[in-house]
Amino acid sequence: MKQKKKMTLLGKQSAAGWVFLTPASILIAIMAFWPMIQAFIMSLQTGSSANMHWNDPIFNNYTRMFSDKVFLTSVGNTFLYLIIQVPIMLILAILLAQLLNNQHLRFKGFFRTCVFLPCATALVSYSLIFKSLFATDGLVNAILVNLGILEKNYNFLGNSTSAKIIIIIALIWRWTGYNMVFYLAGLQNIEYSVYEAAKIDGANGWNTFWKITVPLLRPTIIMTFIMSINGTLQLFDESVNLTNGGPANSTITMSHYIFNNSFGQGAVSNFGYATAMCFFVFIIVAILAFINLKVGDTRD
Amino acid sequence: MTEKKNVSMIQRRLIPTYIFLIIVSFISVFPFYWMISAATNTSFDVASGKITIGTHLIENFQTLLANYDLWRAMGNSFLYAVVQTILAILICSLAGFGFELYHDKWKDRLFSILLLAMMIPQVATMIPLFKMLSGLKLLNSVWGFILPAISTPFLIMMFRQNSRNFPVDTMEAARIDGLNEFQIFYRMYMPMMKATYAAAGVITFMNAWNAYLWPKVIMTMPEAQTMPMLIANMSSGYTTDYGMLMVGVLFCSVPTMIVFFVLQKQFAEGITGAVK
Repeated sequence: MKQKKKMTLLGKQSAAGWVFLTPASILIAIMAFWPMIQAFIMSLQTGSSANMHWNDPIFNNYTRMFSDKVFLTSVGNTFLYLIIQVPIMLILAILLAQLLNNQHLRFKGFFRTCVFLPCATALVSYSLIFKSLFATDGLVNAILVNLGILEKNYNFLGNSTSAKIIIIIALIWRWTGYNMVFYLAGLQNIEYSVYEAAKIDGANGWNTFWKITVPLLRPTIIMTFIMSINGTLQLFDESVNLTNGGPANSTITMSHYIFNNSFGQGAVSNFGYATAMCFFVFIIVAILAFINLKVGDTRD
Repeated sequence: MTEKKNVSMIQRRLIPTYIFLIIVSFISVFPFYWMISAATNTSFDVASGKITIGTHLIENFQTLLANYDLWRAMGNSFLYAVVQTILAILICSLAGFGFELYHDKWKDRLFSILLLAMMIPQVATMIPLFKMLSGLKLLNSVWGFILPAISTPFLIMMFRQNSRNFPVDTMEAARIDGLNEFQIFYRMYMPMMKATYAAAGVITFMNAWNAYLWPKVIMTMPEAQTMPMLIANMSSGYTTDYGMLMVGVLFCSVPTMIVFFVLQKQFAEGITGAVK
C-alpha cells in the first residue's frame, strides 16, 4: 500500500517533467522535423507553389540539379570557401588562444576584447563594411593607388578570383575570435604545470604547441570544426551582400542559389527544384557531421 | 632585484607576441573605426580615402531618415528580438529543467532525437516553413519570425548541461515544504540559474537581431522589415551613398555592440554554453 503511494508520487513527478519538456519538443517536431519531411516530398514535385504535382520521372529535380551549371558552381564555391577558410581560421584561432593564455602576458583583457569584437556585428553589417572597403572607389583601392602598388583603381569584387579571396578574408575576420573563445575555454582546463614540465624537458614553443596543446584541445578542435563546416555550408549573408553572387554567379553559394530559385526577385520560383537542392545540402551536412563525430569518438 | 630582471627578460621575450597581437587587434578593430568615420563623412570623402572623423554625421543621418523608414525597422528588430529572447529562454529552460531533473529512459531517448535537429540546416526547412506559416497567415508578423527559432536543441542542451549542478536534495526538501513542481521551477530553479539565463538571453538576442535569411523569406512587406534587411537594401542600388549606408550599419550594430561590451562574459558563455 505504502509502496503504491510512493509510485504515484514518482509518477506525478515524472508527469510534471513531461509537461515541462513538451512545449519545446512539440515546437522542434513541428518547426524542424516536419518541414524536413515536407521538404523531401516537395523535392519530388514540380510546378508553382500553389499548384504542385508529382514530377515525372520522380527524381527529375535531383537529376536536373547535377546538370545545372550554376548549381555545380555554387557547390564548388561553397567547398572552396570551406577548404581554404576553415583551416586558416581555426589555426589562427588556436594560435591566438595560445598566445593569450600566457600567464606573463599583459593587457590580456584588451587583446581578447579586440579579437572577439567582430562577433558582435551582424553578418549583413560586416559584409557591407567589407564591400565598401574593397569597392572600386573604396579605401583599399585608395591606399594601394597612393602607395603606387596599383596604377589605377581595381574592381576587386568584379573579378571572380579576387572576389572569392575577399569573401574568405571577410569570413576569417568575422569568425576567428568566435572560435578562439572555445579554445581559450579549453586551454583554461589544461594545468599550467604541464607546460612548465615540458619547458624543463627542453621542449620549445613549437613542440609544446603540437605535442601538448593540440592533443589536449582535440575535442574542442573537432567541435569547432563541425560548427565551422556546418556554418560554411550554409553561407548566405556574405554571398548576397558582399558580391551578390557575382560576377556572373561565379561566387554564389548553395544557400544563395537556393534562395534565388525560391524567393529571389525576378526569378521563377520553383519550390520543388529548390527543395531538392535543400535536401542535397542537408545530406552533405549530415554526412560530414557523422564522419566528424565518428572521428571524435575515438578519443576514449 | 633578480626578480625584477627576470620579469623584464620575460617581457622582452614576449615582444614578438605583443607585436603580433597588436596587429591582429588593429585588423579586428579597424573596420569598426572605419564604419564610424565613414558615417561622419560625405560619400565623396569616403570614396577618396578619408579616414578621419568628419562633420557630416547629422547630414548623413537626415539623408537616411528621408529615404528609409529607419525607426520602423529598428522597432521591428527590437520587437522580434525581445519577444524571441523571452520566449526562447522560457521554453528551453523549462525543457532543460524537465530533461535533466526528471530524467528517465524515455525522456533521455526523446532528448537524443531532438538533438538530431541540430543537423538540419536552416535553408533546408525554409520553404516548407514559409508555406506552413503563410497558410497560417503569419507572414510579416512577429510570430512568423519567432516560431521556428524559439525552441532550439542548442539552448535546451545548454540549460540541461547547466542544470547538472542543481541540488536535487533541496528539491526534495522543497517538496516536503509543500512546493509543487512549477513552484520549484520558478522559485528555486529560475533564481539559481540566473547566469545561464543571462548567457542564453544574450546569445538569443544577438542571433535574433542579426538574423537575415529567415526575415528575408518571411517579411514580404516593407513595413515588417528588420534592420539587417534595411541596410542590405540600402547598398543594393548602383550607386551607394557611403555616409548614409554607414549610419545605417552603425544603427544596426549599436544594440549588439552595447550587449557585447556590457555582457561580454555572458556572450562568451552563451557561445560555448552547451559545450561542457
